[in-house]
Amino acid sequence: MQAIRTWLSPLIRARRSAPRQAGRRRRERWARRFMGALTLGTVLLVPLLAAALVVRAWPILAARPLSELLFSTDWHPLKGQFGFYPFIMGTLWVTAVAMIIAVPPSLLTAIFLAEYAPERLRAVAKPLIDLLAGIPSVVYGVWGMLTVVPAIERYIAPAVQGSLGAVPLFRSDNPTGYGVLAGGVVLAVMVFPSIIAVAEEVVRAVPDGLRDASLALGATRWQTVRNVVMRRAWPGVAAAVILGLSRALGETMAVLMVVGNMPRVPGSIFDAAYPLTALIANNYGEMMSIPLYDAALLAAALILLLIVVGFNIASRLVLIRLTPAK
Amino acid sequence: MTRRKAKIEEAVFKALMIGSTAAVLGSLALILGTVVWRGLPALNLDMVTQTPKGGYYLGKEGGILNAIVGSLYLAGGATALSLLASLPIALYLQVYAARSRWADVARLALDVLWGVPSIVYGAFGFIIMLWLGIRASLLAGIITLAILELPIMVRAMDEAIAMVPSALKEASYALGATRLETAVRVILRQTAPGLLTGVLLAFGRGIGDAASVLFTAGYTDRLPDSLLGPAASLPLAVFFQLGTPFPAVQDRAYASALVLTAIILALSLISRALAGRFARHVIR
Amino acid sequence: MYKPHIRIEDLKAWYGNGQALKGITADVPEHQITAIIGPSGCGKTTLLRCLNRLLEEAQATRVSGHVWLDGTDIYGPGVDVTEVRTRVGMLAPKPFPLPMSIYDNVAYGRRIHGLQRTLDKGNGRNLDRIVQHYLQAAGLWEEVKDRLHDPASGLSTGQQQRLCLARALAVEPEVLLCDEPTSALDPISAQGIEEQLLALKEGTTIVLVTHLLRQARRLADHIIFLWMGELVETGPAEQIFHSAQDERTRAYVAGNIG
Ligand SMILES: Nc1ncnc2c1ncn2[C@@H]1O[C@H](COP(=O)(O)OP(=O)(O)OP(=O)(O)O)[C@@H](O)[C@H]1O
Ligand SMILES: [Mg+2]
Repeated sequence: MQAIRTWLSPLIRARRSAPRQAGRRRRERWARRFMGALTLGTVLLVPLLAAALVVRAWPILAARPLSELLFSTDWHPLKGQFGFYPFIMGTLWVTAVAMIIAVPPSLLTAIFLAEYAPERLRAVAKPLIDLLAGIPSVVYGVWGMLTVVPAIERYIAPAVQGSLGAVPLFRSDNPTGYGVLAGGVVLAVMVFPSIIAVAEEVVRAVPDGLRDASLALGATRWQTVRNVVMRRAWPGVAAAVILGLSRALGETMAVLMVVGNMPRVPGSIFDAAYPLTALIANNYGEMMSIPLYDAALLAAALILLLIVVGFNIASRLVLIRLTPAK
Repeated sequence: MTRRKAKIEEAVFKALMIGSTAAVLGSLALILGTVVWRGLPALNLDMVTQTPKGGYYLGKEGGILNAIVGSLYLAGGATALSLLASLPIALYLQVYAARSRWADVARLALDVLWGVPSIVYGAFGFIIMLWLGIRASLLAGIITLAILELPIMVRAMDEAIAMVPSALKEASYALGATRLETAVRVILRQTAPGLLTGVLLAFGRGIGDAASVLFTAGYTDRLPDSLLGPAASLPLAVFFQLGTPFPAVQDRAYASALVLTAIILALSLISRALAGRFARHVIR
Repeated sequence: MYKPHIRIEDLKAWYGNGQALKGITADVPEHQITAIIGPSGCGKTTLLRCLNRLLEEAQATRVSGHVWLDGTDIYGPGVDVTEVRTRVGMLAPKPFPLPMSIYDNVAYGRRIHGLQRTLDKGNGRNLDRIVQHYLQAAGLWEEVKDRLHDPASGLSTGQQQRLCLARALAVEPEVLLCDEPTSALDPISAQGIEEQLLALKEGTTIVLVTHLLRQARRLADHIIFLWMGELVETGPAEQIFHSAQDERTRAYVAGNIG
């Protein structure tokens, strides 16, 4: 103790210089302003994005009634007819099929990894699923063309046609495998990782106390998951599904390569479709050469943006409504 | 009786879950397998060291070095640009605006941006190009990709920084540090592994994206030589080569897809290796 | 009598709508150890964190009243909080080293305040000497002198707490706030910290929150006794422990409540 006292006694209180202090304050102030301005800029990017599309699509929005643009099935750019209905339906069909295929296995996988899988398996599976998320969409497209399309053409379509062919939804008069189902399968595999990663985390975040309470009453693990864990986790799981949905709605390349790209409203899962994204990507080359065509393609981008943002915000509102306050 | 039913139900669902997990992991194996199986035979040294020569798209010699270099430039430039904005934004959300109303608004906007399809960013980039009066170019591609990567990077960084214990920040504040000093000297070090993961994630998204560069970066058979000239990219190389009617060129598309996949795999390995190294000082 | 270093005047604090401090008025004498005592949840930590304006870093907190530090109100208009926190140091209940080396932890405060070169002018390796000085002052030097550039996270909890003490001292605060500084430590480390605090009071005013009555008896010169957010009694330790005015104080120091 004595030693320490002698150590401290010669201490001269250092004087912090006023100019330096002012410099620190100034840097702090400017940093706050700079970072705040960047954040504000990012927030403003959302309206800017929409505004830019509206301005450039204005020629066609002004020249044609909205109902015609949205609900006409006539797409003849050379004749000046721009009906987006087939493309909107193409986007919705492919996305719907993809989500129907993707959601059940994704959720089961997420629950398995969160609740049942041993730690070692989880440690291997999670990085692999992250890897799946990182694979570029053209690679998915290549895979779709090489395996999914031939499989549908050779096996799935004939088999379904043979058994369920009477149901319009499963009628197959498309001899190629390119169509809604191929797009749906490829998209489903693409959205697996986005749904699984988030859903797994949500399920894992449910406190152990809840599980123990149910298990202690003699419930099986599955009963516990179904009745207790999922009841608590479902808003988060729904959010995970919405995340996957917005990824599927906006995907371009992978879908473009396998859906067949025919501008008509599909009636069966084997029909070809032409989603909005594919429309824009396939035709950007000619957009400057035909009157109103550029405005039409940018209007397609605008419609796509509105669908995605609309879905996102609507589901968010519904979720907030349905989530019980803690 | 009900106990038996419960047991059976459990067994059924467990089988379904194991099947699903196997299917998900199996699809990954299937994708990688397909790309390697079809891409490897066409892959050779020329593919990755040569630019396309005359007649390349008819099956003559050449390679896709233009696309490899173009993609690295595009994604590298975009990631650097995006990092310059993302890091301050993530720090702002966590350090300055922590838990305020305004931070919620900003996060909502970032979520919306996260969900915007890349083709829409492509269209937006195209409109900006028209306004600025520049052609499809490396610069336009970089700007568009940077906007695309921004929400991805900010979200990853925001999540990483949110994990910093408040006691750690307070330890720095209690020494008289400003928020800026705390952010730069303490939070960046503490979250370095997470930030790095975010950067590499965004880079991977950028290098794999085709729809946004389609409009904005153009395509050329030469190596990119100027910011204002066009630049090729790997995803578009795959797409265009697949679009030709020649099987030999289509095989090269598969080889290009393999190259792209290999880059993504390498990134993921690098990310794991570096994260450990960056974690030296992290407080748990 | 004593010379007050800090005067707390009608200090109130809220978390959201819950009021945690209901108008505290008390003095903290210079170069003494003032212990804030009282039952759990009575507002000790809250009061302490008001003294270096750290409370406002938590969400939804609000403070009113005055804290005069050497005659200036740290809640007055135009006061720079970083200046306040430089003059008033703090030692948290659980050690939180910064994510950097042992050396950099101690040097951190000096660097941000631009004080790398004070203490013994003319020596080329000043920062090294400063770091050594404060590690010695915190009684940690001998244990870490061979691994100064290793991550601080590699130290034991007791060592980390002494590192945090060295880190706080290196800024040369006039006042040191300690919130149950020994609660996470083993008895030997705790005794070490107590000894450092006693040695420090020569040049530093210390405010110590503790729930250990015996620790308060051993260390404190002055006592602030809180009860459910209110000040019950404050005065020299002698007086509080032996001739308290209030019934609750007498019961508490006798160990009957809290
Ligand atoms: N972050 C917070 N949010 C809301 N209320 C809080 C928070 N921290 C403390 N409180 C409340 O404020 C009151 C005072 O808390 P404080 O932490 O100051 O007590 P304390 O005397 O330090 O207790 P202990 O001896 O247990 O550490 C308590 O009633 C507590 O519930
Ligand atoms: Mg306390």
